[in-house]
Amino acid sequence: MPPQNNPDDRIAILQGTLDLLILKTLVLGQRHGQGIARSIQRQSEEVFFVDHGSLYLALQRLEDKKWISARWGVSENNRKARFYSLTSKGREQLLEKTSEWQRLTRAMGLILDGGSSREEV
Amino acid sequence: MFRHRRSADDFAEEIKSHLELEADELQSEGLSEDEAHRRARVEFGNVQTAQERFYLRRRALWFDNLLRDIKFAIRQLIRNPSFAVVAILVLALGIGASVAIFAFVNAALLEPLPYADPNQLMSVSESSVESPRWPLSYPDFLDWKAQNKSFTSLDVYSWSGFLLRAASGTEPIRAMRVSGGFFQTLGVHPMLGRDFNPGEDRPGGPNVVILSYGAWVHRFGARLNLIGQTVDLDNNGYTIIGVLPRSFSFAPGGNAEFWTPINMLSPHEHSRTFYPFLGIGRIRDGITAQSAQTEMTAIAKRLQRQYGIIGRDLSANVAPLSEVVVGDVRPILLTLLGGAGLLLLIACVNVSSLLLVRSENRKHEIAVRGALGATPARLVKQFVTEGLLLAAFGSGAGTIVAAVLIRLLTRLVPKDMASNMPFLNGVGLNAHTAAFAAAISLLAALLLAATPVLRLSFQRVRDGLSEGDRGAASRLWRRLGANLVVIELAIAVVLLVGAGLLGRSLYQLLHVPLGFDPNHLATVEVAVPGAVYQTSEQTTELYREVVSRVSSLPGVESAGLTRMLPVQCDCPTDGIRIVGRPYHGEHNEVNERHVSSSYLPTLKARLVRGRFFTEADDSSMPGVAVINQALARKYFPDQDPIGQSIADDEGGRPSAWQIVGVVDDIHEGPLDLGTAPTEYFSVNQTGDRNFTLVVRGSQDPGALLPVLVSILHQIDLGLGVSDEATMIENIDATQAALLHRFSACLVGGFAAMALILGIVGLYGVIAYSVSRRTREIGVRMALGAQRRSVYGLVMQQAGWLTAAGLAIGLICSVGTSVLIRSLLFGVQAGDAVTLVSVALLLGLASMAASFLPARRAASVNPVEALRAE
Repeated sequence: MPPQNNPDDRIAILQGTLDLLILKTLVLGQRHGQGIARSIQRQSEEVFFVDHGSLYLALQRLEDKKWISARWGVSENNRKARFYSLTSKGREQLLEKTSEWQRLTRAMGLILDGGSSREEV
Repeated sequence: MFRHRRSADDFAEEIKSHLELEADELQSEGLSEDEAHRRARVEFGNVQTAQERFYLRRRALWFDNLLRDIKFAIRQLIRNPSFAVVAILVLALGIGASVAIFAFVNAALLEPLPYADPNQLMSVSESSVESPRWPLSYPDFLDWKAQNKSFTSLDVYSWSGFLLRAASGTEPIRAMRVSGGFFQTLGVHPMLGRDFNPGEDRPGGPNVVILSYGAWVHRFGARLNLIGQTVDLDNNGYTIIGVLPRSFSFAPGGNAEFWTPINMLSPHEHSRTFYPFLGIGRIRDGITAQSAQTEMTAIAKRLQRQYGIIGRDLSANVAPLSEVVVGDVRPILLTLLGGAGLLLLIACVNVSSLLLVRSENRKHEIAVRGALGATPARLVKQFVTEGLLLAAFGSGAGTIVAAVLIRLLTRLVPKDMASNMPFLNGVGLNAHTAAFAAAISLLAALLLAATPVLRLSFQRVRDGLSEGDRGAASRLWRRLGANLVVIELAIAVVLLVGAGLLGRSLYQLLHVPLGFDPNHLATVEVAVPGAVYQTSEQTTELYREVVSRVSSLPGVESAGLTRMLPVQCDCPTDGIRIVGRPYHGEHNEVNERHVSSSYLPTLKARLVRGRFFTEADDSSMPGVAVINQALARKYFPDQDPIGQSIADDEGGRPSAWQIVGVVDDIHEGPLDLGTAPTEYFSVNQTGDRNFTLVVRGSQDPGALLPVLVSILHQIDLGLGVSDEATMIENIDATQAALLHRFSACLVGGFAAMALILGIVGLYGVIAYSVSRRTREIGVRMALGAQRRSVYGLVMQQAGWLTAAGLAIGLICSVGTSVLIRSLLFGVQAGDAVTLVSVALLLGLASMAASFLPARRAASVNPVEALRAE
């Protein structure tokens, strides 16, 4: 899959998964919004396309839920930026959502794989 | 949760910083500065949209709209202040009256009694044909207590009184005698000191007393060291052992201040056929009042057989204590609540029809707004907001009205009666009343909101824009608005009929033939200390002195003494038999009155035969009696009673009394009961101690009262003097008079308000319809219609509406007056006089209300009316 230059091949993030991705990204420590966006794109090998507007609204939503906290700070290259970090509540949610997601993908996999094998028979 | 909300600026700042960071990174990946900035922007997408979404997320749009609607609604109301004021006032009256009455209903009927597990508490008594709650005799109480299996505890109480010797002099006080477990059965513990100990209520037990909280505060200055001290009651020392909590009240006990155990029984009280005690019991888990009653009845029957008691067929009565406590006021309160509810309904209908007129007048405005793009939902919301706002203001003002009304109404209840209604202390704006107020406000709001919505959905915007159809009154208005006023008039009729019936009942009650002249009579209750006046000679001497000293006062025509004032109670009673007739133990119940020789003449009672008592009828002479006509009719139907003798079986007095006179019936019992057979004995031959002094003055009897008190104190400072009042006051303060007056006044007030609202509503409808039909009337007149026929046209419309309202109202009121049957006295539910008067009143009032608009219609100038187009 030729990732970088063909935006059409990128997949819009599924509803509801953006929260999980944000939480996961923040496990390693605090980050600002742009860093989070980059990190998600990079780690998904540029498959995911992050709509930045949605990302910031999602950040706001998580902050309202007290799963993450935010403060203004200065980036490595001396720019003013708003840094987000996980709260303990957010950590719990991450564990919960991760296992939920794994069960979901497993179930999806079972159905999709099972369907194809029957066709083969 | 309450932290400051993040501002949109802060959000914009974050996006800006994102773009810079992204550009930095892109630059470091080798793009030129411009290209990097461009790419960062493109990658981000629409910054505007993101910021807008953030804004919308933060601020709920509906809230903005709501604020705007409210602001607009307030502006609309202010633009037409008379409408707003009238609507809010009408609503406030309706809501306020309902909430105030509900506060009473809640306190009396819904709040549990202030005892532990009040549902388990039962009133336990014997039951006879005459009265479902016939008191218990003491021996019966002991047997019931020992033999029953339905109650965990059973106790009795009885009224009594003492003369308390205090620093300020001798004061008569109200007291209750109770069996030892009384307070335990109620689940009440003294706040200070202790309850009665086991055994203290056995004969010969110690003189101990428990004080009410009020007595502790008012008579003993709330002294904490009072427990263990001795107080002088009737010249005996009583040890104060406890003080009851402030919240304690026992309705049947009234405002009793001293509570003593029943450990001294009078000779009568040892008898199985002397019934002075009423019982309370705590029922066992899982036992119903019904099964307890069955068991107690079986016990009662067994005891009657065992002890050979004949003449009175007694069974047992077990009923929830709450019913006994509330009893008489239940039907009145429910009637009042119904009346208040109707008033509320009429108020809501009135305001809705006002709203309807308004929306009719705003047809054009609505149409324009619709044409400019307001969605129907938006328009509906606007009107709903207006309705809700009115309801909110109305219920706010209604709460104030309710608070004022509650205070007024509680003050209307006289103190004596209030002490028998401890629930009055619980009347007020509490959680229950607040919930009720909220509920009816919500209902009112729904009704007010629904009216214009209904109106909007009927109408097309296009029709509103073209005002061409002004000639004929809007069909919808005629259909809906007119029907609403019919409802108002019908409700007004129902309330008027109710008020009329209750008013006539009150009138009948106050005009019951009394058999004496109640005007110019002053009365004072006197308690005589037994330790000082021990022999009957001493008391007789005291009576004579009191009567002669008082009679010689200036402004006094005559004075007399009695044990019991008239119009108070068909009690105490006596079981009599006729000397010389076979007697099989049948119980001949008659009122027993002990009076001085001057008492009956002082009342101006009418002698029918024989003579009244004289001073010669004293303890040295054979016993004589005067009987009333009811007794003569019942027991001497075809005989001359004079010279016959009646006998009673209570010891201590001559057992045979020769009848020397027959007096025309004096109404001894409550006003709403018929006259009972009554015997009068001479107080000089019965030797009572306590009496009521009755004085006929030539002038205002109220002015005599203080004089009487001071004369009595001059005679003996040790006399307990209390309850000084005129005879009229005494009669007015009886429960029957009070309850009837209370309900007649309140329902009358409701009816008056309903009449005003209904008539104003009718006026509004007619006036509005005339204003709509100006052109039509102009055309008619241009075509030759006479003024008279224009009058007729308008009055006819009013006539139809009134007739419809009257017809519906009269039919409904037949039903409602059957419901309030138990409150009526001397009037039939379908009383024709009341119905006709109400019809006349409403007819005249609506004629008057429609006359003004009719005159305006008749004075229309056809030329101007047509030109106005």
